[in-house]
Amino acid sequence: MSCHEPATAELRKTALNAVHRARGAKMVNFGGWEMPLEYSGILSEHEATRTRAGLFDVSHMGEIEIRRPGALDLVQWVSCNDATELQPGQAQYSGLMTERGTFVDDLLVHKISDTHYLLCVNACNQDCDFGHIAVQNARQGYAAQVENAGARYSQLAIQGPRAQAILARLTRAPLANVRYYHFVFDRVSGVDCLIARTGYTGEDGFEFYFDPQYSEQLWSDLLREGQSFGIAPCGLGARNTLRMEAAMRLYGNELDETTTPQEAGLGWICRLSKGRFLGSDALARQKEEGITRKLVGFEMLDKRIARDGYSVFVASPPSAGRREAGRVTSGGPAPSLKKNIGMAYVPLEASAPGTRIEIGIRGQQAPARIVAMPFYKRRQ
Amino acid sequence: MYPADYRYTKEHEWLAVHGSEGTIGITDYAQQELGDVVFVELPKVGAQVKSGQSFGTIESVKAVSEIFSPVSGEVTEINSALVDAPEKINQDPHGAAWLVKIRLVDPPDPKEAAGLMDATAYQAYIAEKAKEHSA
Repeated sequence: MSCHEPATAELRKTALNAVHRARGAKMVNFGGWEMPLEYSGILSEHEATRTRAGLFDVSHMGEIEIRRPGALDLVQWVSCNDATELQPGQAQYSGLMTERGTFVDDLLVHKISDTHYLLCVNACNQDCDFGHIAVQNARQGYAAQVENAGARYSQLAIQGPRAQAILARLTRAPLANVRYYHFVFDRVSGVDCLIARTGYTGEDGFEFYFDPQYSEQLWSDLLREGQSFGIAPCGLGARNTLRMEAAMRLYGNELDETTTPQEAGLGWICRLSKGRFLGSDALARQKEEGITRKLVGFEMLDKRIARDGYSVFVASPPSAGRREAGRVTSGGPAPSLKKNIGMAYVPLEASAPGTRIEIGIRGQQAPARIVAMPFYKRRQ
Repeated sequence: MYPADYRYTKEHEWLAVHGSEGTIGITDYAQQELGDVVFVELPKVGAQVKSGQSFGTIESVKAVSEIFSPVSGEVTEINSALVDAPEKINQDPHGAAWLVKIRLVDPPDPKEAAGLMDATAYQAYIAEKAKEHSA
């Protein structure tokens, strides 16, 4: 059984599906969900988010809620980051682990209270994640309550340097006091929301969760209030170029059940010091023995574009000729950098910034160079 | 929108013939489907192209698309301005953003011409495609 296949052939739709279609968005199947790929065009949406603000419907993302006194123990057991460090109103990026220390999913853990956590997980993994957590809950005897709550939430993301100013027109929440990776409960346009200062674009901004019945209202109110700020409705195309420039990993591309946090350059979310958790034995062993491959970022040295799945050629050992040694996990244009970039797993000895590699493109090898990540960092 | 004197393929290329010279581009429908074009790879002048075979690549931010030749012949000219300004394909696909010019094989293969659509037939074809899309 493959855990990550959508359960049904019928495409799932967010509460805003009809709105996207009516506004002329180009729609696409993303992990079993019919989602907007682009509105005005990926490049203009990307630019709007970097310089002004972009509004994204990310209601396909899954939510899993964990309650009762066993909640923290369960979160600690299934995820690799240390949730004991969270205060109520704080969120952290983490990984849901297999017993081999590989990714079932990557996720955001929001601590609402000592006995209530909200996990935001990837759309196509939601049912699988829920099953995995429920099984571990029973097996370990935590007696927590695990709810597959995706259908109870819509989620919008407003991202970009003007996101806070726009959102402030519709809420009394003290947004300026909400720090990065923190959240508050307040009303936006009269609708109860969990408002988190998080995002997947490399810009400042907010992601907020609310009852799906208010989706149209919030979407149109934000676009209206954001108009004079230059807000643009955005699709998943721009979301992908934005997150790639920020070197944020995408499940199914950089992360899957064969990759570990250490290989993915996410050692900082892998807290072996917190005590045993699912996969910690394997991860401790890997830390001791050392990784043999590593996720790197690269930029193309000519105009050609690396794409997901293209072969990577490296000289490894450095004295040897180039051999095929991996695949591009994400690749494409980086509009804000005017370069073509990508990420790939390469052998550790060929992973230093500055290393020349080649990308197989239509039967030819195109030169590229490993560079430090992230590719793009916003000015504070 | 779709010039009446052009011929069109099911893969959304257009062909304009003047005497023994054919000019090839992609259609407005094709550029809309692709989205923002960011890269174009064209054959060299002197290359032989065959009808139905790929002779180049157009890439948008999101997609890679091969270009198929509607006719056979030899490439006499390429639109090298597109290399530095591929976005022209989004702006003027039926005009300034032509891709290549080809000296048609002599005499032209009647089967090749028969496989192409005129503007009316092509517009009906893409209208059908759009319907499938929204279904």
